Amino acid sequence: MRAVEAAVGVKIPEVARILRNLLHGAQFQHDHIVHFYHLHALDWVDIVSALKADPKKTATLADNLSKAPWGGTVYFKKVQQRLQTFVDSGQLGPFNNGYWGHPDYRLPPEANLMATSHYIEALRLQAKSAKMHAIFGGKNPHLQTLVVGGITATRDLTPDRIAQFLYIWKETQDFVKDVYIPDILAVASFYKDWGGIGGTTNFLAWGDLPQSRKEPESLFMPRGVIMKRDLKGVKMATQEKVREHVARGWYEKGNDRHPFKGETKPKHGKYNTEGKYSWFKAPRYEGEPCEVGPLARVLVAYAKGKKEIIKVVDTTLKALDIPVGALFSTLGRTAARGLETIVIGDAMEGWIMELVDHVKKGDIKTYQRWEMPESGMGYGLNDVARGALGHWIRIEKKKIKHYQYVVPSTWNLGPRDSNGKLGPVEESLIGTPVADPKRPLEILRTVHSFDPCIACGVHVIDPDSNQVYKIRAV
Amino acid sequence: MKKEKDFYKRLSEKGISRREFMTFCTVLTATMGLSSSFVPKVAEVFAAPRQRPPVVWLHFAECTGCTESVLRTMYPWIDELLLEILSMEYHETIMAAAGHQAEKTLKEAVQKYKGKFICVVEGAIATKYNGAYGKIGGRTFLEIAKDVCPKAAAVICLGTCACFGGIQAAKPNPGGYKGVGEALGTKPVNIPGCPPNPINFVGTVVNYILLGKLPALDELGRPLFAYGKTIHDQCPRRSHFENDEFVTEFGSVEATMGYCLYKMGCRGPETYNNCATVKFHGGTSWPIQAGHPCMGCSEPDFWDKMTPFYEEL
Repeated sequence: MRAVEAAVGVKIPEVARILRNLLHGAQFQHDHIVHFYHLHALDWVDIVSALKADPKKTATLADNLSKAPWGGTVYFKKVQQRLQTFVDSGQLGPFNNGYWGHPDYRLPPEANLMATSHYIEALRLQAKSAKMHAIFGGKNPHLQTLVVGGITATRDLTPDRIAQFLYIWKETQDFVKDVYIPDILAVASFYKDWGGIGGTTNFLAWGDLPQSRKEPESLFMPRGVIMKRDLKGVKMATQEKVREHVARGWYEKGNDRHPFKGETKPKHGKYNTEGKYSWFKAPRYEGEPCEVGPLARVLVAYAKGKKEIIKVVDTTLKALDIPVGALFSTLGRTAARGLETIVIGDAMEGWIMELVDHVKKGDIKTYQRWEMPESGMGYGLNDVARGALGHWIRIEKKKIKHYQYVVPSTWNLGPRDSNGKLGPVEESLIGTPVADPKRPLEILRTVHSFDPCIACGVHVIDPDSNQVYKIRAV
Repeated sequence: MKKEKDFYKRLSEKGISRREFMTFCTVLTATMGLSSSFVPKVAEVFAAPRQRPPVVWLHFAECTGCTESVLRTMYPWIDELLLEILSMEYHETIMAAAGHQAEKTLKEAVQKYKGKFICVVEGAIATKYNGAYGKIGGRTFLEIAKDVCPKAAAVICLGTCACFGGIQAAKPNPGGYKGVGEALGTKPVNIPGCPPNPINFVGTVVNYILLGKLPALDELGRPLFAYGKTIHDQCPRRSHFENDEFVTEFGSVEATMGYCLYKMGCRGPETYNNCATVKFHGGTSWPIQAGHPCMGCSEPDFWDKMTPFYEEL
């Protein structure tokens, strides 16, 4: 959308900008909750152990840890009973063959029961939160109201619709603050050594959520790049420095190219870790692999002195009694995801009020007319839940001549480049302690912490036996 | 009766009143196009504690949007669907198992429930180069589908990709992607949409559990209760079409008036789906209500046949 808008030269109206930010903010709230509870929590939480918990002790623990709207002995007894009925049925469904009982599951049964109850509550909450998208987007997933020039949901700019959005936003943000964040802290307190595992070196954020037409200056989550973990050396990031490599991906032979000149010529082949082994290209910034996503955004914002981010990061580091360096890790990545949800979620309230002010004045202009030019070029940079996303377009004779995009999971999960440099996830897995190579729970923790948009293949080599284990993270 | 009493007790413990529950059953029964006399029977499906129907959910070339869509179900809520109604034996996105354990889970489920499980397929199947464009654990999508689908009691294709190939199958289709029916030469149930409405999936499954058979289908394998009429025929903006009241530009006065989107490229007249009546997210909205023309996302080859999207039919 932004790439095409840049290419045709249209600036969207203020109300459209606010609506897009609200939809985008709602996406962060929704995605990050689902990621933590449904795609990542079971790497840390042993759901089977929850059956052994004492509901009364769980209630006390939960009271001390969180401000969840549900709790008490009776509540946790019911959750446990529901789980017991489920297990007794002999049909374990999605929990079949998990790594239950693995020696590195460290939570006591009571914490496991509390987390399990929040897993279930979050399932229901996320369905409600997605309604925010339906209000101004028509449906979720795949919102349909975003068009080049603005947004089509003009008729939904009514008090009742805005109020509906506001209430769902509040219910979601309450969950973030009262349940999600306390849960991250509770889990992290048992896994502090993971503040030294699973880190990478370079971080890129295109930034997003523009507060005016000025980009990148007004981006709420700032743009920047950090090399070699040097927070003080944070720099502005520019798209000219991006190249994509295809040396180790299943593509025809080609040079490293900038997306405006990029080619996508797939050529399938054998899986060969010495040669080609991925459908991903390998994006590089100034020739270096970069991690993208919540951790990159939070680090860039922190390094650039964004007050709201500094506040939540410092509070968290203090609560866990860990140094700033612990952010460069699996634990840091998972925590950063929660922390940016607080900050972005909180800002949404102001945006809703901004929208109300426009509507009050009678400004419901959500679309700017534009003409398709004979030719044009443009790029759009944003930062979505999973990380930095860029689109590049060239228009000729009013048609798409060239289109490339570089998405977050390509940055994170891309293979080695033409210089043999590892991709971020590859780098992050080196040195991970694995207690039982046949059940590599620890590998899942780090891979899942990136929120990969892919079923990915990784290898584990046991240095003692040199046995190669093939592991698939889904 | 005792079982039923137990059920309502369980419901009330979860904070759901009998009345709310019956409302949900009524909505679902109506969506399925069954007469109101079926409402108690639909309730029974959820009430009777019994062995939950096993489901094996395969992911091929897709974006997981259909899974996301089903996660948004409100009739019933997704936690109930997962814990009390179905038994999700294999589902790559939400299952805890990974790697070898995941492969083992699939193998075991297919063996144990041979001829009894519902196979849900999300995503298209690569057929060129022996299926080389799509593999999981070294096996191609095509191999997995040929192995698993024939062993199922029923195959439900969820979403346009599994039904008709979707975006992967759009020209030039380098991997030779096809929908499941075409790739395997079979006739599965097709629930297309990008994404499909979760209520149409739940409706199909309930129909199966309740009546022991699949719902009536059209020639494309789509349940008639959901895909029997065009968007256009059910559209609340239809009177504007009849009155020649059209939107010709987004953001215009006509757009604010909620006029017909036909001239903006609406594909409602050629698209069979029930979006207009059931809407998304418990009746919150749907694309035309939100001011955007229908793209025909549930029709075969819509990326090729319905484009350019913003040109009048």
